[in-house]
Amino acid sequence: MDLHFADAEATEAERAAVDRFMSAHASETGPTKAARLERPRSRERRDLLLPGLHALQAAIGWISHGALNYLGAAIAVPPADAYGVASFYSMFSLTPQAPNVLHVCDDIACRANGALEVVDECERVFGPEGSGDSVTWHRSPCLGRCDRAPALFVQRAGEDDFDHGPVHADLSGRAIDGLAELEGMNIDLGIERSATPQGQAEVRLLRRIVERIDPSSLEGYRANGGYAALHRAVEMGAESIRDLISESGLTGRGGAGFPTGLKWKMAAAEAAPRFVIANADESEPGTFKDRVLIEQDPFALIEALTIAGVSVGAEKGFIYLRGEYPVAGRRLEAALAAARDAGLLGRDLFGRGISFDIELRIGAGAYICGEETALFNSIEGYRGEPRNKPPYPTQVGLFGRPTVVNNVETLLNVLFIIMEGADEYRRLGTPTSPGTKVFSVSGHVAKPGVYEVPFGTPLQDLLALAGGMRKETGGMRNITSFGSVLLGGAAGTFLGPEALDLPLANEAAIERNASLGSGAVVVFDTETDMFEMVSRIAAFFRDESCGQCAPCRIGTVRQEELMVRVGSGFDSGGLIREVGRAMTDASICGLGQTASNAVVSALDLGLIGGDA
Amino acid sequence: MWLGIDVGSDIALANAVGREIIAAGLTNDEFIRSATTGFDQYQESVEPWTLERGEAVTGVPAEGIRELAHAYAKAGTAQLCWTLGITEHHNGSDNVFALINLALLTGHVGRYGSGLVPIRGQNNVQGGGDMGALPNKLPGFQDVENDELRSKFELAWGSPLPAKNGWNISQMFDAMEQGDLRSLYVIGENPAQSEAQAERVRDLLRGLDSLIVQDLYLTKTAELADVVLPAAASWAEADGTVTSSERRVQRVRKAVEAPEGARADTDILSAVASRLGTDLGEPSAEEIWNELRKLSPMHAGMSYARLEAEGGLQWPCRSEDDPGDLFLHGRLWANPPEGPLAPFVPVEHVAPVDELTEEYPIRLTTGRHLESYNTGVQTGQMSSPKRLGGTIDLDPHDVRNLGVEAGEVVRVISRRGAVEAPVRVDRNLRPGLAFMAFHFPEEVDVNVLTIDAWDPRSGTAEFKASAIRVEKIGA
Amino acid sequence: MSGLEFILDGERAVAPAGSTLIRALSANGVETPTLCYLEHTSAPNVCRVCVVEVEGSRPLVPACSRLLEEGMVVSSDSSRVRHARKLVFEMLASSVDLSLVSEETGAWMREYDVDPGRFGPTLRTDGPAASMRPGHHERPDGLSFASVAQPPLIQDDLYVRDYAKCILCYQCVNACGPEAQNTFAISVAGRGFEARISTEFEIGLPDSACVYCGNCIAVCPTGALIPRTEFDLRASGGWAADRQSVTRTVCPYCGVGCNLELTVQDGAIVRVDSPLDHDVTSGNLCIKGRFGFSHVGAQPRSEPA
Repeated sequence: MDLHFADAEATEAERAAVDRFMSAHASETGPTKAARLERPRSRERRDLLLPGLHALQAAIGWISHGALNYLGAAIAVPPADAYGVASFYSMFSLTPQAPNVLHVCDDIACRANGALEVVDECERVFGPEGSGDSVTWHRSPCLGRCDRAPALFVQRAGEDDFDHGPVHADLSGRAIDGLAELEGMNIDLGIERSATPQGQAEVRLLRRIVERIDPSSLEGYRANGGYAALHRAVEMGAESIRDLISESGLTGRGGAGFPTGLKWKMAAAEAAPRFVIANADESEPGTFKDRVLIEQDPFALIEALTIAGVSVGAEKGFIYLRGEYPVAGRRLEAALAAARDAGLLGRDLFGRGISFDIELRIGAGAYICGEETALFNSIEGYRGEPRNKPPYPTQVGLFGRPTVVNNVETLLNVLFIIMEGADEYRRLGTPTSPGTKVFSVSGHVAKPGVYEVPFGTPLQDLLALAGGMRKETGGMRNITSFGSVLLGGAAGTFLGPEALDLPLANEAAIERNASLGSGAVVVFDTETDMFEMVSRIAAFFRDESCGQCAPCRIGTVRQEELMVRVGSGFDSGGLIREVGRAMTDASICGLGQTASNAVVSALDLGLIGGDA
Repeated sequence: MWLGIDVGSDIALANAVGREIIAAGLTNDEFIRSATTGFDQYQESVEPWTLERGEAVTGVPAEGIRELAHAYAKAGTAQLCWTLGITEHHNGSDNVFALINLALLTGHVGRYGSGLVPIRGQNNVQGGGDMGALPNKLPGFQDVENDELRSKFELAWGSPLPAKNGWNISQMFDAMEQGDLRSLYVIGENPAQSEAQAERVRDLLRGLDSLIVQDLYLTKTAELADVVLPAAASWAEADGTVTSSERRVQRVRKAVEAPEGARADTDILSAVASRLGTDLGEPSAEEIWNELRKLSPMHAGMSYARLEAEGGLQWPCRSEDDPGDLFLHGRLWANPPEGPLAPFVPVEHVAPVDELTEEYPIRLTTGRHLESYNTGVQTGQMSSPKRLGGTIDLDPHDVRNLGVEAGEVVRVISRRGAVEAPVRVDRNLRPGLAFMAFHFPEEVDVNVLTIDAWDPRSGTAEFKASAIRVEKIGA
Repeated sequence: MSGLEFILDGERAVAPAGSTLIRALSANGVETPTLCYLEHTSAPNVCRVCVVEVEGSRPLVPACSRLLEEGMVVSSDSSRVRHARKLVFEMLASSVDLSLVSEETGAWMREYDVDPGRFGPTLRTDGPAASMRPGHHERPDGLSFASVAQPPLIQDDLYVRDYAKCILCYQCVNACGPEAQNTFAISVAGRGFEARISTEFEIGLPDSACVYCGNCIAVCPTGALIPRTEFDLRASGGWAADRQSVTRTVCPYCGVGCNLELTVQDGAIVRVDSPLDHDVTSGNLCIKGRFGFSHVGAQPRSEPA
């Protein structure tokens, strides 16, 4: 490939940022001038594109044409391709912007808790969205901090990013020339502020979190049962692990519910090299359980992914973490380093010739990258667009190799199963949905947070665990009684009071045309403007559609436009249902296939529309 | 992998690759034994070409030469493809022999997917040769000096033919200089601008008794002519055939009318014949082609109907049921090989004739831009957004050392002449290596600089290697 | 060759192993609408107008890229299939100028009674959405409906990029990249409805890596990429298909032997293509072959440039 770069030079700072990045990631540093001997294929490091863009964004605060050229030359990626990738993600700016960027969540759970007041306040303090020299702000889709709504996420040039919540509307006082102050509030988000108020019920995945074990200490982790499962797994051997996982009936917690043991067996049956990936791109609005699990117990994910690697026969694993989780990212990075130092990752583990290491990859603001094939493309340095299936990831996955992708929560169950056995795992839950499920409960409940309950627990019991409907108002209007719940996040469905007895298990949900999805439970009272909420969901899908296939690219736009007509009573929702059916039937991936669920269920429940 | 070879060191590179293939035991011994001759002499000739010596002469790191040698020898199939960078040297034929030796060493010839591929620079260079537009060949590569073959043509054409080989183009200019060549009929060439050492060429053309030019355009050569015969464009204004690099004969067809007065080449030649007293009639392109099929066995099977139906045919195609050959030299793999064995031809590296000295320290190589064609007669009509125009392209270091800037007009001087050209900075070059395109003779008459030292076997001049110096104007 | 048995619209059918559904259906006399699909390139699988129903698959499947399996039960004309195709056509037609799609596609749109007007009036946008931040958009007003309408990009005399006609089928990006030219001058940039074909930072084509091979024009199914000669004639109302002839010949510029199809109108070449099914270059050309034709034809020529 003959790379052509238009005239645009990188600044010294940009070159330094790329050179630092390259020296950390590759043997050769910086773009080399055409030498006497060049091997383009060995120079090509397309998989470094996304982290390279992160390096520029983090150091400079935006990505200029010259910077993109310089990075492209270093990793031999054509500039048009690099631009196509950079412009795909909402965390990258391709125009100059203020060094401090507030991403203000205005999504459903935060909106139920006063987010629009924060938005108004930002506009008043900082000016219009996107403006400002030292601080700017943008509205953001769900930041996965629904337990502390309303939330914001701060991206900073040259400094660590951080997130924060709940944000009080009076930003002006503490505002962002007081960034340090805001950050200070975040310093110890340890146990007190953690989103796991659960105490009484039987917990498995949340045990160390409830017991407040220090997430930064490998020793603490080991002293509390950590790495016992890996040692036992190594004793068992790869095939026995796969059999045990199959026997347990463990199914995927990301939403699709595929049997985990079968997935591992399918990948193990294909030729090496293979990959295992922990999907931590938790972006489903209303979902934050994986963030809590990682922030509070990072070693557990590392141990579980290592077991998956051993069992599947992979020597390399990836954790793909969403970019808006800076604390989880730093804790994972530190935990990975500690595990490597302790000989728990790397070559010839336990003297048994097992090699396994994990690379942390950070997303950059794209919901679609939680779709497993889009996630592959994102890691490989392509646009995060889903691939056509078949072939399935267990056959042709990351870098074209057999790949297992598991949700964070799914992997953590593996630790329990290995230590306690399949029968003990099945003791809780239902025959077809054995085990426990971690739910993210938010909205108008008294104690928003992460709750682990056995599959089959009635919805009302889960809500009771979360303290029922909130009484105090936090300065806002009074909260009334239960109105509706959005189960499964934006891709899920609305359910009314008649569904409070719904047992939270996959099969029972399907019977009511619903799905547990990611386990998001967003509760709204009777006074909530549901048209506003459903419109926000429609806007979310229009923003997050990758644009690859026509039904989703245009359908999500038409859905949002038609919502306006439904809201103004011009349309009873006939055409919106037609568009929804086409998206569900003809889209490439789950995003388009579920983009109309919430809208259609809201119509069905009479939460919106009805009088045309 | 890209190897930044120094201009004019192709034989050194090939010999070093050959030595490495032998030294590493990667030769195809079975093929060498059964299908070739002269291996021992070849081995002896390349023995001094260690990787280190290769690096010293070619500038390519030894490691790169080794990698190339191993990759080529170990490949299941491999092709050596080249263009004028190999042939436009004073020793262009030797360059080609050096490459052929590599194919013989490894057996990468005469098999599907393997081979030696000279890529033709013009649409019908191959076809011109096929039709006998060579000083020593009749149509179908039948030797002029073979009495039996020649008499076949004499019988068919009812006219005696010269019994001796003619001159190649370089010999023709020498003959003009000697006064032995006094009249020239040029069809579709622009030697006044395309030949090396252009000033000499133009002087010689002016000195002819008569110059006849048949062309689409009133080219610089045509401007010197006594008679100009306006021609139609063969690919869109007339019918016929062309032959591509892969020996594939394909039909060209008339799509538009030529300008008034311009006629198809065949019409013009028939009319000239008639003025000279021979009535060739007004044969169609197909009738002319069918005559060729009778006289050239390798074209015998290629009827117009088949060319149409099969999207072209590759020669040799000896009969109507012959599908044509996808590749040549398959005979070498027969057991025993059919016909003569393939000889290794040991060749020695000889540096370009135009020496680099303190006075002329920069190596100039000439060539093409993607968007232009030859002297720009046709492509000049296209409004191209990518046209760079006539420039001297230099490495950024050389530009800096000269104290000039991009776009600044400088004087480029060789031992034969001087031109002025604007500087273009090209990071793909190296210090001491300059490039000029030959598409824009009206802007920059590049061939004033080039040397007409030519290969005695091919008659091709060393366009690819001149020695120059570049001067800042007004310095 | 081994054949696979399957059920097509309730009837037993057979097609060669390794067939895509679109070929398997065609082999059994059932044609499928397409927009982004071309026989000779790998299927982008993005327009989704070719979807069919396959038993056991929850969503419909794209006939262009799904491989036939033994025993598959395929419905090509079920109400789900007809609905999805109709809606996808309607959504495309309501947001993109489809005036230059093939006659076959037009016939399919009539077959499905496509009425893009159901969405109401479309909104005119005035240029590429480069300034839009991914994940952000203007709230709709419910009165007009978004489209990709925008002025054509005319940056040189060779060809025009009229992205108001672009359905984002990726064929041009693939042709510029791995499928044909390996130049990678263009890519899809942005996301969602703001996704668009673009150079880096929207720089002009002459400054980009583009080598003007025009192989993107050859694969564009909607006339969004179009030779300047054709664009100008269409703009002036002078394009007259009924006065055109197409002649096959060979490119005059090098020894490769690329076949050309010259479209001639009123004695002048107005467009050059290369046959997609010819094994010399499979429809691909370079700048000289595709655009270097102005030196022939009946206009007087005396001076070389």
